[in-house]
Amino acid sequence: MSRRSQARWLALALVVSGVGAVSAVGGVFAEPVATALDAHGQLADPALQARFERIAKELRCLVCQNESIADSNADLARDLRRQVREMLVAGKSDDAIFAFMTDRYGEFVRFAPPLTPKTALIWGAPFAMLLLGGTIVYRVARQRSRMPLDE
Amino acid sequence: MWKFLLPFAAFVALVVLFAFGLNPKRDIHALPSPLIGKPAPEFALSDVIDPSSVVNNSTLKGQVYVLNVWGTWCAECRVEHETLLAIAQQHVVPIIGIDWSIDHGPGERDKAKLWLERLGNPYSQVAFDREGRTVIDWGVYAAPETFLVDRDGKVIFKFISPMTQEVWEKEFLPRIAAAGKGA
Repeated sequence: MSRRSQARWLALALVVSGVGAVSAVGGVFAEPVATALDAHGQLADPALQARFERIAKELRCLVCQNESIADSNADLARDLRRQVREMLVAGKSDDAIFAFMTDRYGEFVRFAPPLTPKTALIWGAPFAMLLLGGTIVYRVARQRSRMPLDE
Repeated sequence: MWKFLLPFAAFVALVVLFAFGLNPKRDIHALPSPLIGKPAPEFALSDVIDPSSVVNNSTLKGQVYVLNVWGTWCAECRVEHETLLAIAQQHVVPIIGIDWSIDHGPGERDKAKLWLERLGNPYSQVAFDREGRTVIDWGVYAAPETFLVDRDGKVIFKFISPMTQEVWEKEFLPRIAAAGKGA
């Protein structure tokens, strides 16, 4: 392999692993920017309020599909927040609330669908890309280090 | 060999992905409803035109019906209204309306009444969902949405966006025929 083609491989590998790393990290640590949570006021119990905020960030607003219902000012998002709040006050579990939403709107309503055989590809792809890119970088770097210098 | 085959395979994979993903006929906002094949969510709401009477869809068991979610704030609902009137004229199945009060205000009912008086009423009954709860039970997120419910009270089809004559003939009529029409 010539130096130039190696450099190309290296660049490709960096891009691939970079995309993988960013989406892996982004997926795990994503924080929404704006918030529309206060429309109906806070829940009296701070523990419930914390659960409410976490659940609302987890649910997609289907009117404006890339926002969560915590962020969206859409009327439907407001009604879904009301629903979550009421279910929390009624003592429903997080799972029951998510089930309520997916029964009506489908798995798409969750930003982080549970890991099942059907969703394994979504969850696995960033890590697979990171691994692939990393392997290519490692192999190219090793090969290069064994090569005599050209000049 | 690998050096050529691998990029070529990647290229083919991308072409397939884009051909599917960028297909202009595919509406990316239309989601498959998890309600298909499930019992229709029940509701008992007051009638838009006569507030003292109740529209209860459990009384419709045993017949095929269409359920149309709309609101006077919804421009696309105005677009489909003529088509709904034409469909109602055919008397194939009853069309049940749900008037969605998106701001939870009582004003929507008066506007809906006026709408039906001025433009004509395609519905056999119109329910008033002031709280927007029935609409959530039906998994509605973008009015107008139109459902088809069979004799056993099961949802068999859902269509999002304004109803057209073509959609009615191609998507609804065959399913209504297969469902054995009405009582």
